[in-house]
Amino acid sequence: MNLDYLILALKNLKHRGIRSWLTLLGIFIGVTAVVGLIGLGTGLQAAVGAQFGVSSTQALTVQAGGLNAFGAPGSGAVNKLTRDDTAAIEKLSTVEFATPRNLETIKIEYNDKIVFGMAISLDDRMESQMYETMDLEAGQGRMLQSGDLGKIVIGSNYAYGDKNGFDKGIVIGKTVLIQDERFKVIGILKKKGSFMLDNIVIMYDEDLNDLMNYGDEVDVIGVLVKDPDLMDRAKEEIEKLLRQRRDVDIGEEDFEVSTPDAILETVNSVLGGVKAFIIIIASISILVGALGIVNTMTTSVLERRKEIGIMKAIGAKNSQVFLQFFFESGMLGLIGGLVGVVLGTMISVGGVIGINSFIGSDLSPSIDFILIGSALLGSFIVGAIAGIAPAMQAAKQNPVEALRG
Amino acid sequence: MVFKVCDGQIYIGDLFILCMVKEVKNREIIRLRNVSKHYPMGDSIVKALNHVELKVYEKEFIAIMGPSGSGKSTAMNLVGSLDVPTHGTIYLDGGDIAELSESDLAQVRGKKIGFIFQSFNLINNLTVKENVMLPMMFQGTSFEERRERAEELLKLVELHDRMDHYPGEISGGQMQRVAIARSLANDPEVILADEPTGNLDTKTGAIVMDFLKKLNKQGKTVIMVTHDPDLAKEYANVIYWLKDGELEKVTKRVGKTFVDVTKKKKKEMRQEKK
Repeated sequence: MNLDYLILALKNLKHRGIRSWLTLLGIFIGVTAVVGLIGLGTGLQAAVGAQFGVSSTQALTVQAGGLNAFGAPGSGAVNKLTRDDTAAIEKLSTVEFATPRNLETIKIEYNDKIVFGMAISLDDRMESQMYETMDLEAGQGRMLQSGDLGKIVIGSNYAYGDKNGFDKGIVIGKTVLIQDERFKVIGILKKKGSFMLDNIVIMYDEDLNDLMNYGDEVDVIGVLVKDPDLMDRAKEEIEKLLRQRRDVDIGEEDFEVSTPDAILETVNSVLGGVKAFIIIIASISILVGALGIVNTMTTSVLERRKEIGIMKAIGAKNSQVFLQFFFESGMLGLIGGLVGVVLGTMISVGGVIGINSFIGSDLSPSIDFILIGSALLGSFIVGAIAGIAPAMQAAKQNPVEALRG
Repeated sequence: MVFKVCDGQIYIGDLFILCMVKEVKNREIIRLRNVSKHYPMGDSIVKALNHVELKVYEKEFIAIMGPSGSGKSTAMNLVGSLDVPTHGTIYLDGGDIAELSESDLAQVRGKKIGFIFQSFNLINNLTVKENVMLPMMFQGTSFEERRERAEELLKLVELHDRMDHYPGEISGGQMQRVAIARSLANDPEVILADEPTGNLDTKTGAIVMDFLKKLNKQGKTVIMVTHDPDLAKEYANVIYWLKDGELEKVTKRVGKTFVDVTKKKKKEMRQEKK
């Protein structure tokens, strides 16, 4: 039976003026903010996760300078890590193995065009370990194996002419010029969805050192810990070891040991702050929207006194009058929420597409139906609660006075 | 020879012959007993209605007559149990309306009394059909039943081709016919019409009145509130004349004329009080 009053409420809403719809702006903006930015935040989180390539829960990275170093970028890394550091770390009881990695900006020439890219070094006899810690796999061709000097494996984006800057996709077997030296492409990595890994060039340390002359210095040490449970202990041990080797005190480290969790935690805490801010804004906006509904419903009750009088004269109980106005108010909220959900979903989908084209990731926009459902239910409830007082006011009208209008 | 039964007196033509038939009384539906309605107006009190006695029997066509300010609107609100009296008692179908809660009264009112207003009082956001369906909704009738009955009633008032129009799209006479259909929705015993022709021209007014007359013939009790003595005399059988909030007189149709039965009515009421 209550359905009848819902239908009646909808019919009345159909005849509402623009003023009623304008009061919904608050609800609509609030819901748009929540749905849009939570969707976007989730996408962003996934994007960050993919960028860091954090698939292994046993991997650590050690960097000189560190993310928290003061001064200009690079100045913290004056005291570089070395191959000796790598060997020392590998001797720790909690460490399975440690691989030195050098990252260099290189000049690549192909199809008579020059592009600057990143090359990462691969150590002889450490191939499988490195592939494991970085979770790398060949999509086409094969990965580098011992003795593959003068050969390279390239990130997936190089295979596409529209993404690599050469206007022509690189295929297996082709030769490219790196720092004016000839290298043969023997493998293309599987797409990772990470800007860095999809645009990387992998070559043997010997080759890269020949090109760039970094000697014993190491940019990053990749560490695989024996057991996921030993992560914290391994981190402590490495820190202790490097403090001794580099002669620094606790709290003055000029290096950083990062776990994937720590990186994600940093990102999450930033995103969490953003989310909290959005939720505060959205709450204020929804509160304003609710007050708008109270206002428009109160006006509506006054304007429709005569209608209320008629309804009562022809037999409407107080509860029936209440129900009609209550539902009308709830539906007002729901409509605001519906518009907000549609717009919010568009923002989050558009945002994810934007992220994808900006950093070359391959995220699919996530549409969270639980979020949408609760946003709709929530806006109906907000509307209905806002309508309680006006609906009660409508219900207790004296029929004689109401009929007078 | 024409025989007419009237208060137990037999008339042939208009000539009084003999009192021989015992009065056959119909059931009493609405009764106002010594009813007064006073409104506070600033520091003073407006006595809109004072010590009014009124009885409505089933199948009667009653007119409540009076110039503006006579208290006839107040009387109509009380007769229609839209309002409660300051003093006195109102019985609806034998029960004291003061004993009912506001909501119960609304339900009883919706079932027993159908309202027709001077300004039609249709709900503009609803179609003609939905307006007729509305009183049944408040009684909890199912949608299908409501729809069928509304269509049936609109056929009765010859508006079945306007069912899906909105009130703003039809004429005043048509709106009043919709109001008649709506008043019949819950098959009430009483139709209470407040100046039903007040906003209509003579011709459409006559059509509306003919519908009311037809309904009365079919057994509905009709109470009409009006300021127009000619209209009252043309259609009503009993006329309550109000003046300055007091019941001035009660007249009753006898043949083509009306006789004053005020004293008789008062006597009758006094007897009942004892």
